[in-house]
Amino acid sequence: MILHYLFRRLFLLAFVFVALTIFAFSLSYLFPGDVLSNFTGLRNISPADEVMLTRQLGLDQNYLQQYLLFVQRLLQGDWALSFSSQQNVLTEMLQVMPATLELAAYALFLSLLVGIPLGIVAAVRKDKWLDKVISTLALIGFSVPIFWWALLLIMVFSLSLGWLPTSGRLGVLYEIPTVTGFMLPDILLSEQSYRQQAFIDAIRHMLLPSVVLATYPTTVMIRFTRDSMLDVLEQNYIKTARAKGLTRLQVLYTHGLRNALLPVTRQVGLQFSTLITLAMITEVIFSWPGIGRWLIDSIYQRNFPAIQGGVLLVSSLVILVNMLTEIMHTLFNPLARKF
Amino acid sequence: MNIYQRLTLVCLTTLLTNACQPDPHDTGGAGLVYCVEGSPESFNPQLVTSGTTIDAISQHLYDRLLDINAQTGELLPGLATGWLVSNDGLSYRFQLRENVVFHHTEYFKPSRTLNADDVVFTFNRILLPEHPFHQTATEYPYFDSMEWRQLVAEVKAISPYEVEFRLNKPDSSFLSTLATDFAAVLSAEYGAKLQAENKLPDLDHLPVGTGPFLFRHYQKDVLIRYFRHPQHWRQGSNLQQLVIDIVPDSTKRVAKLLTHECDVAPIPRLAELELLSKRQDFVVDVQTSMNVGYWAFNTQKPPLNNVKVRQALALAVNKQNILQAVYFGQAEQADSLLPPNSWAYQKPQLTEAYNPEKAKVLLAEAGFAKGFSLDIWAMPVQRLYNPNALKMAELMQADLAQIGVKARIVSYEWNTFRRKLTQAEHDSVLIGWSADNADPDNFLRPLLSCAAAVSGSNRANWCDEHFDNLLQQAVNTADLNERRAFYLQAQQYQAQQMPLMPIAHSKRFQVRSSNVSGVAINPYGGVNFAMAGKH
Repeated sequence: MILHYLFRRLFLLAFVFVALTIFAFSLSYLFPGDVLSNFTGLRNISPADEVMLTRQLGLDQNYLQQYLLFVQRLLQGDWALSFSSQQNVLTEMLQVMPATLELAAYALFLSLLVGIPLGIVAAVRKDKWLDKVISTLALIGFSVPIFWWALLLIMVFSLSLGWLPTSGRLGVLYEIPTVTGFMLPDILLSEQSYRQQAFIDAIRHMLLPSVVLATYPTTVMIRFTRDSMLDVLEQNYIKTARAKGLTRLQVLYTHGLRNALLPVTRQVGLQFSTLITLAMITEVIFSWPGIGRWLIDSIYQRNFPAIQGGVLLVSSLVILVNMLTEIMHTLFNPLARKF
Repeated sequence: MNIYQRLTLVCLTTLLTNACQPDPHDTGGAGLVYCVEGSPESFNPQLVTSGTTIDAISQHLYDRLLDINAQTGELLPGLATGWLVSNDGLSYRFQLRENVVFHHTEYFKPSRTLNADDVVFTFNRILLPEHPFHQTATEYPYFDSMEWRQLVAEVKAISPYEVEFRLNKPDSSFLSTLATDFAAVLSAEYGAKLQAENKLPDLDHLPVGTGPFLFRHYQKDVLIRYFRHPQHWRQGSNLQQLVIDIVPDSTKRVAKLLTHECDVAPIPRLAELELLSKRQDFVVDVQTSMNVGYWAFNTQKPPLNNVKVRQALALAVNKQNILQAVYFGQAEQADSLLPPNSWAYQKPQLTEAYNPEKAKVLLAEAGFAKGFSLDIWAMPVQRLYNPNALKMAELMQADLAQIGVKARIVSYEWNTFRRKLTQAEHDSVLIGWSADNADPDNFLRPLLSCAAAVSGSNRANWCDEHFDNLLQQAVNTADLNERRAFYLQAQQYQAQQMPLMPIAHSKRFQVRSSNVSGVAINPYGGVNFAMAGKH
């Protein structure tokens, strides 16, 4: 049964990817400029090269052939070159991707760490003043425009108090060789004498962006955990457990939490796409060298191969994560198994 | 040997090996951060003219044969300890400094110190098409604009430490040319290595020079990291590293200054100056810079080919107003292309103050009593010489409306803008020039000579035989008074013909944390950190 379910999911995934690559492929035709340039990322192609490339890319054949060759190149990692740097777009994205994932991971972690307990507290204290304070804060956090919030935090903590830096992942004076692309592990792996200072500096750099990025998902977590907890607390088995003489804490821990958190795990996956979108804004504001800033720079520079590659990679990632969390959710939650 | 002796021995060996081999790449996280507005286009100053690139690379990585004293404009010995000019002004001999060490980097380990071959290699690259590296660059903009290939006949080594430049015609600005940031000396040995490995383009990407800092790492649009060149011949700075942090947004640059993420930053936005000058922990350095912002008329297009029309337009613009609104009073009004601190400057007698009435009369004489319409191209970027061209254009639009001239403001994205300018599609344009050396020739020739009209830096497309003659006569003589007389004539003639209207000479500002010292801003070029320190 489970295999059948997984197979269905994988089929759906494959279908989505085909649609996505068709869209990316058509972008080369839809973007202004020379189709050959858009496909290869090369500029000022000489007539001799043009003939050769046209044959190589199959541009003299029908669209289906062209598309198949396009997908083949994608799978081989032979992506177009970026107009601005003349490097393979995929290589370039893999260099900036870890920064985004790192930021998103800290923000997600922060939102779970803060959001879930606050949600539970709000549910348990329903309609008391604590619940009202938490719900109000969550509503405010939910409605605040992220760029305004980011600038406000910069104004207070960087410019006025001077506690935290305004941009980047690490003070530029520290030189940390890239091994994994993730800053904190890289610092720990490095052999520099200033490793410890660098580590603290990296944490100071990531504090503001993580808080800004975590704001929205945290509020969603709070509201979601609260609602789901309230649902669970209404259930008969909770009343039974209480009637059997368990303390509130025991009931909450053994019966409430597990059931209430199941829908929340699903939210984590659903939040991922919002998180990536918000990460782009956060990255631009804090000059965080991730994929969001890279993509937005590419848009400014009209770097079509980069935009094409970026759209393809980011949406694939979002779809993949969504699919994975859904599968995980199904495996964990017997009620959701509609095989 | 008992256990204690053994332990002591082990400890001693560890201590000794550690003490004797300190890791040269470990800077302890110390150094200075210089925040700039853009990425460099290349790491070889021969190939660029943009001030941003020059600021980021040339003074740090390279040395020149001669240096300029920033205060007096006088020439100082650099890599050349002495020089001799022949009586006919056609031969320049330089005695080179000995024991000048090239940078020791991951990609190149020099085996010898600087000698005449390096100088010959450097300048022949620009001169000789058969030079192995000549073709790797499409142009040498500074040297092309001063017609290096027509000027220099030959560069040759006389002895290991003596070089001779032979010229085709006398040029009294030649020494100044060699002192500019563009005339950086490269390593011939590195060139030979790259040639053997067939990696010619690396010469301009992975730099090797003799300057106070050596190249460590570059990440486009993020940062450039330099380490101290430990064997630099002029021991000055004790900075372990210099990081050029690339922060395009000027608001962000100010924010980074305030949080001390930047130690030094150039500030082109004058509005922010006031905020920073009030704080105790910053010092604002001011330098009257060798630059000029101007309004060039495309003299090939009617009605701007008429002198009277040009004079009328120049009279109709209220410069004082522009100085206040665009430069916030941080610039001097320009009467000539040359800034007042140039030795050849003289206030031209023909310039008249803002006078719209007279402008109307002149227009009527030229047959445009009812006025006409005109495009003003405003450059889309901020430069020191013109911090806000759009605002300037709007002010001028209002002024011109007074005399019946209908102005339309045009602007494109910067690259397109420059391309269209070179194709002379404009009526008039607001743009400017920053000098590369102290010589007045460096203002007049690139901006108004016939050669510059061909190469594209003459935005007025003005080619006047009389003016060109004056410039030529001036560089043909070595007598300073005679030269000055020619330049005065040229300035008068320019003010009368009005191919372009000089607007302002902007001051150059730089903000640094008060714990940073020894940063020199050079009116003729890049920032120099050779003597900088941080306490």
